[in-house]
Amino acid sequence: MQLIECPWCGPREETEFHYGGEAHVAYPADPQSLTDEQWAQFVFYRANPKGLFAERWSHHVGCRRWFNAIRDTATYQFHGVYRLDEQKPSPS
Amino acid sequence: MTAPFRTAGGGRIDRTVTLDFTFGGRELTGHAGDTLASALLANGIHQVTTSIKLGRPRGITAAWAEDAGGLVQVEAPFPEPMLLATTIELFDGLVARGIPGQGRLAEVGDSAKYDAKHVHTDVLIVGSGPAGLRAALTAARAGARVVVVDEQSEPGGALLGSTDKIDETPALDWVAAVQDELAGFPDVLHLQRTTAFGHYDDGFVLALERRTDHLGGDAPTALSRQRIWRIRARHIMVATGAHERPVVFTDNDRPGIMLAASARTYLHRYGVKVGEQAVVFTTNDSAYAAAIDLHDAGVRINAVVDARPEAPQAWKAECDKRGISVRTDSVVTGTRGEQRVTHALVSRRVDHGETVPLSCDVLLVSGGWNPAVHLFSQARGKLRYDESLGAFLPAEQLPGVSVAGAANGVFDLASCLRAGRAAAAAALADLGFASPSVREVHTRGGDAATPPIVLWRVANVEREDSQFVDLQRDATVADLARAVRAGMRSMEHIKRYTTIGTAHDQGKTSGVISSGITAELLGTPIEDLGTTTFRPPYTPVAFAALAGRNRGTLFDPERVTALHDWHVGRNAVFEDVGQWKRPRYYPLPGESMETAVLRECAAVRASVGILDGSTLGKIDVQGPDSGALLDMIYTNMMSTLKVGMVRYGVMCGVDGMVIDDGTVMRLADDRFQIFTTTGGAAKILDWMEEWLQTEWPHLKVRLTSVTEQWATFPVVGPKSRDVVGAVFGDLDVSNEAFPFMAWRDTQLDGVPVRVARVSFSGELAFEVNVDGWHAPAVWERLITAGEKFRITPYGTETMHVLRAEKGYPIIGQDTDGTVSPQDLGMDWAVSKKKPDFIGKRSFSRQENLNPLRKQFVGLLPVDAETVLPEGAQIIEYVESGVIPPPPVPMLGHITSSYLSAELGRPFGLALVKGGRSRIGDTLHVPVDGTLVAVEVTSSVLVDPEGARRDG
Repeated sequence: MQLIECPWCGPREETEFHYGGEAHVAYPADPQSLTDEQWAQFVFYRANPKGLFAERWSHHVGCRRWFNAIRDTATYQFHGVYRLDEQKPSPS
Repeated sequence: MTAPFRTAGGGRIDRTVTLDFTFGGRELTGHAGDTLASALLANGIHQVTTSIKLGRPRGITAAWAEDAGGLVQVEAPFPEPMLLATTIELFDGLVARGIPGQGRLAEVGDSAKYDAKHVHTDVLIVGSGPAGLRAALTAARAGARVVVVDEQSEPGGALLGSTDKIDETPALDWVAAVQDELAGFPDVLHLQRTTAFGHYDDGFVLALERRTDHLGGDAPTALSRQRIWRIRARHIMVATGAHERPVVFTDNDRPGIMLAASARTYLHRYGVKVGEQAVVFTTNDSAYAAAIDLHDAGVRINAVVDARPEAPQAWKAECDKRGISVRTDSVVTGTRGEQRVTHALVSRRVDHGETVPLSCDVLLVSGGWNPAVHLFSQARGKLRYDESLGAFLPAEQLPGVSVAGAANGVFDLASCLRAGRAAAAAALADLGFASPSVREVHTRGGDAATPPIVLWRVANVEREDSQFVDLQRDATVADLARAVRAGMRSMEHIKRYTTIGTAHDQGKTSGVISSGITAELLGTPIEDLGTTTFRPPYTPVAFAALAGRNRGTLFDPERVTALHDWHVGRNAVFEDVGQWKRPRYYPLPGESMETAVLRECAAVRASVGILDGSTLGKIDVQGPDSGALLDMIYTNMMSTLKVGMVRYGVMCGVDGMVIDDGTVMRLADDRFQIFTTTGGAAKILDWMEEWLQTEWPHLKVRLTSVTEQWATFPVVGPKSRDVVGAVFGDLDVSNEAFPFMAWRDTQLDGVPVRVARVSFSGELAFEVNVDGWHAPAVWERLITAGEKFRITPYGTETMHVLRAEKGYPIIGQDTDGTVSPQDLGMDWAVSKKKPDFIGKRSFSRQENLNPLRKQFVGLLPVDAETVLPEGAQIIEYVESGVIPPPPVPMLGHITSSYLSAELGRPFGLALVKGGRSRIGDTLHVPVDGTLVAVEVTSSVLVDPEGARRDG
């Protein structure tokens, strides 16, 4: 079981967390102005890379707060976490 | 009486304590400190069982968990199958028997306790052999938190089966001194009888402690029998030693054939001679110690058969001194004997030449050593093949993990001690501890060993089906050859095809050998083949131990409402709704569910009923932007709701499909209380938090679950106004003062009560909300006040029927995540004014405008008798009355179906393609091969005008 670093609570066990999919997919400012295809992109399509991926996580049974993480989808290893109001770290 | 094969003295057993046990119906004795296997061997018993497929006699092949032969079933004190005789510590009253690969579970529940503990440590050391103990001492003296676990009953590891000396005294004296010193450190946890069986991410190791197994029937019942240790360590040192491996030859499975070092362990640790006369077959130096020690204990050694061209000089001299014949460049090609080996067939290794039968009742084999790299490999550590050792060793440095001693391919005592200390020092430096000074210790030996040769098998093409690779699975060289001929090239495939390595021992002795022999058969280097992946658990772990205390009602918590005891007292039949226990119906004596529900339904529509709705999810929404958040979450407008009023709302996902529904109370300008479905409570709180935190953090809103704080019970039916008015004297219950979809605060003897006029049945209804502590008292008052109207408590089944008669959908029953509010006929709950809300944009997607989408309608079976099964498919009407040949287009399915007291007939709700345009049509529903005609109707079958809600 992995240890995941919650930005507020520190390292906690994986089972306390929920996965929330790709990060930085903003809710469109004006959904009504989008075509069906553009809207479908937001609703249904997400990146699925092998390697580093910016994801949303929630410390579900801890502080219940959402945060972002950079994780390697091939090794599962977390390369860093950051709060929602923080910039996505540039790849090192 | 001393058992015939017990030595006169020595060993780690307590000869003053005699233990009676029964094996296979024979009454036998052993001593404290014995295993079942050592006690059997002391009594001259090698054969434990017969093999699973071929029925061949099988015996004890090793002294611990790598044994491939001695599976037993324990019958007393409590039945437990599939244990190894070699790892059962003997106790008085043990009853066991051998089993051919399959046992039986107890037919009664296990009354033993199991539990779990968490521990965090700086250094976890797995194995208390010389390397592990030396490392533990180093780490403990540095002030680190240390956990040491070891699977045996006492520390020492391989030293327990040897005559090694440290500082010129018996090595076990040194072990005892280290053990004593470790016990003095408050931050050192030293656990014996504890197997680290799984190594996971980020320094997480699971270990099983067998706390009372060795006490048998004397085990104190207050103690947990076994405990799972959940260990999180900053550094893990794998000091797990090595397993000796055999060489495969023809008829290598007979009882009496065992690993050489194991025979030595039986001698030194248990005071047991494994036989009267032995042949020793080896590829390396280590078996000579067994030959010499067994000879000195009185076992005749008829030959040491060494596959190498030259015998090691020093060992050869020791053999010569004792008159032990050493046959170099020789191999064992086969054996004789039925219940027990009687002869080893020996010949020259290369040209074979003449085969000499050498008599023996034990044949001791050593094919080299496999470092126990399991815990390293489980953590995805890469292995490399070491040609000189014929073994797989750790090939890389994993962060926070070290491997020391024999597990790392270091076999002599001096090197193991050094390696333990060095690995600890490196780990301590990593963790920021200064290494303490640890006095050097001195050991003898360390003479340069003569290199081993790697010999996986003594080939014999004609007898491959009697050359056993995995004894437990009866899998042979012939099976490997068949797998290769079938085209398999990966050890993972070959393992699954041959089943080699899939038994209780998980290939501890057979795994590497099967790679080696396969490499020979394929003509490829073994390093290219590798081994199969090492997976947890290292040794079998009982499910009971993994479950721990989480059994029965603690497995999944049962949630009960404040009124649960009242429901029990009224003989409610409960149903599980998520974790909740909810009354389904309250049968009177002799009533079936059908008659009880018909009675409850009729009572509610004719007079008054009361339902415990406390399980409804409730979320307190506070903050100046509460209305703005709810406007985005619900499809309808909530910000315009007036304080004191209630509005029904629907929630959709971004895809526009309904995810939940319920009522919303506005408590103040900046405060709402929303109700979710029972099953949606946690999900919807998460959903709202997610949007609030990730998309709209600028909104000043706080969300709090108050599900458990409020008990909620609707009082429903034409007489509900009389009942509620009688109980709450302060409350004006008239329709004018307290209209439909309003809420009012009142009190009862000083207890605050909130009442809302909402209805999930179409009847006049008052939903009473009160804190859980006072809920039973308020409920009782309502029951008492309702007596003259024969107030009827009703359960979820009646609730379902009543709401279905009104066409109110249950989200999750009538919907399945593909149903929009429009599909449900709920356009009225979708705001046209709001510029946006979650799901809005999806409503205008092309597919969601398709007139043939499935829509929510009512169904009436034309025969007015058949209660259609929920989930049944709906098809076009078939004139002939016979189901046409496939494919038969499906128009939809039945989502709800009940017998209605009000309608006096069965009815259903369904999702039907273009359903609303088909109202009045007749369709067919296939039920058990026959077609039931149904009429499509509006989903609202009772009181479509809504005349009843105001009473």
